[in-house]
Amino acid sequence: MCLGVPGKVVRWIERSGPLARADVEFAGIRRVCHLALVPEVEEGQFVLIHAGIGIGRIDEAEAQRLIVDLARLADGADWSRTGDRT
Amino acid sequence: MKYVDEFRDPEAVRRLVEAIRRMATRRWTLMEVCGGQTHNLLRYGIDEALEGCIELIHGPGCPVCVTPVETIDAAQELSLRPNTILASFGDMLRVPGSHGTLLSSRSKGGRVAVVYSPLDAVEIARERPQDQIVFLAVGFETTAPATALAVQQATHYGLDNFSLLVAHVCVLPAMQMLATAPDHRAKAFLAAGHVCAVTGFAEYDEFVRRFRLPLVVTGFEPVDLLEGILACVRQLETGVASVENCYARSVRREGNLAAQRLVEQIYEVRDTPWRGFGVIPRGGLKLREEWQRFDARQRFSATPEVAACATECPAGDVLIGRIRPTECPHFGTRCTPDSPLGAPMVSTEGPCAAYHRYRVASHAGK
Repeated sequence: MCLGVPGKVVRWIERSGPLARADVEFAGIRRVCHLALVPEVEEGQFVLIHAGIGIGRIDEAEAQRLIVDLARLADGADWSRTGDRT
Repeated sequence: MKYVDEFRDPEAVRRLVEAIRRMATRRWTLMEVCGGQTHNLLRYGIDEALEGCIELIHGPGCPVCVTPVETIDAAQELSLRPNTILASFGDMLRVPGSHGTLLSSRSKGGRVAVVYSPLDAVEIARERPQDQIVFLAVGFETTAPATALAVQQATHYGLDNFSLLVAHVCVLPAMQMLATAPDHRAKAFLAAGHVCAVTGFAEYDEFVRRFRLPLVVTGFEPVDLLEGILACVRQLETGVASVENCYARSVRREGNLAAQRLVEQIYEVRDTPWRGFGVIPRGGLKLREEWQRFDARQRFSATPEVAACATECPAGDVLIGRIRPTECPHFGTRCTPDSPLGAPMVSTEGPCAAYHRYRVASHAGK
């Protein structure tokens, strides 16, 4: 029920108001999604889509940070400390 | 798929499992709150990979499972009204009510449309002015913005043939009820990532202060889930209890303010009956007075909801982690996905369905 899928905003169709919507791409498949609740998103950015509407923007820098951290884990970095990932 | 595949990397998963095993000095009991997380924990075998090190118990995060019997009854009743179409997420169609399911209503001539989004139901209402379209509005805080937007769009279009059968529930009040139960066992919580994408996580500060239980906002992919578990174990091993965000690519502390404002505009909090739990104070939403014209119960005088639910399904015990699905006497015998006694065996997020699909069915195939 709370499934959310990241999709790339390809093209805004209508940018404001309750009917705000855009073409959003998911692994090559395009679908019109309602983006009234993420009006700040620019074309080319990623949004989290749930039940046909955007409920949040994907922060690409944060996603990259986790990927880098995972690579550090491979190098034997100590993850026993607290507070650096909040 | 970008921002999915990276977080399913088997090597990263292996390293995280090792890190958790190294860090844990005792077997900790953690509870994930969201049913989507439950399914992925079992689907990817994370519970088995951490066996003996971490016990995962499954929380009340399946809105389909907690939707009262009477709401299903009302939905069936509405689907059988002349010139009425009941629109619903597919999950709800096989959930048992007092007299069968929405699927069985179809066989009696009921009109039930499965939609991906509540906004698709608004489109049906636009296309079919001769019919009343009622959307069965279930879901947590993740879904409430979508149904609130449906009300806003229906207003924009001036539709008088669209309404909601509201059964929205709120996750934090259920966690509070659970944490105050004398026999609760969870030592830390994985908070539901997509609920928090909407609500943010500031509201959990008081929960953590009050119960001294670590709480980690957690995503859904295997790496995300293991990151959340690792963060819980780190807090537990160092004697810390704080709110931590391990799903920062999708969740910010303040959440989605536009979504919160819209939900606040359309809905208000109310004491709400949960199947298997009884009435949970502030446990759900109802339409505000000014939006009552969109309330299908009022518009059509549908069956009122009550908390009573005489059923053989011990859903409440399963949904607060008191018993595992496999400990239910009916699991896999009288209760299967094809012939469910209760909603947790039906829903794509139900814990019983997860165990049946990823343990019983997959093991039987080996």
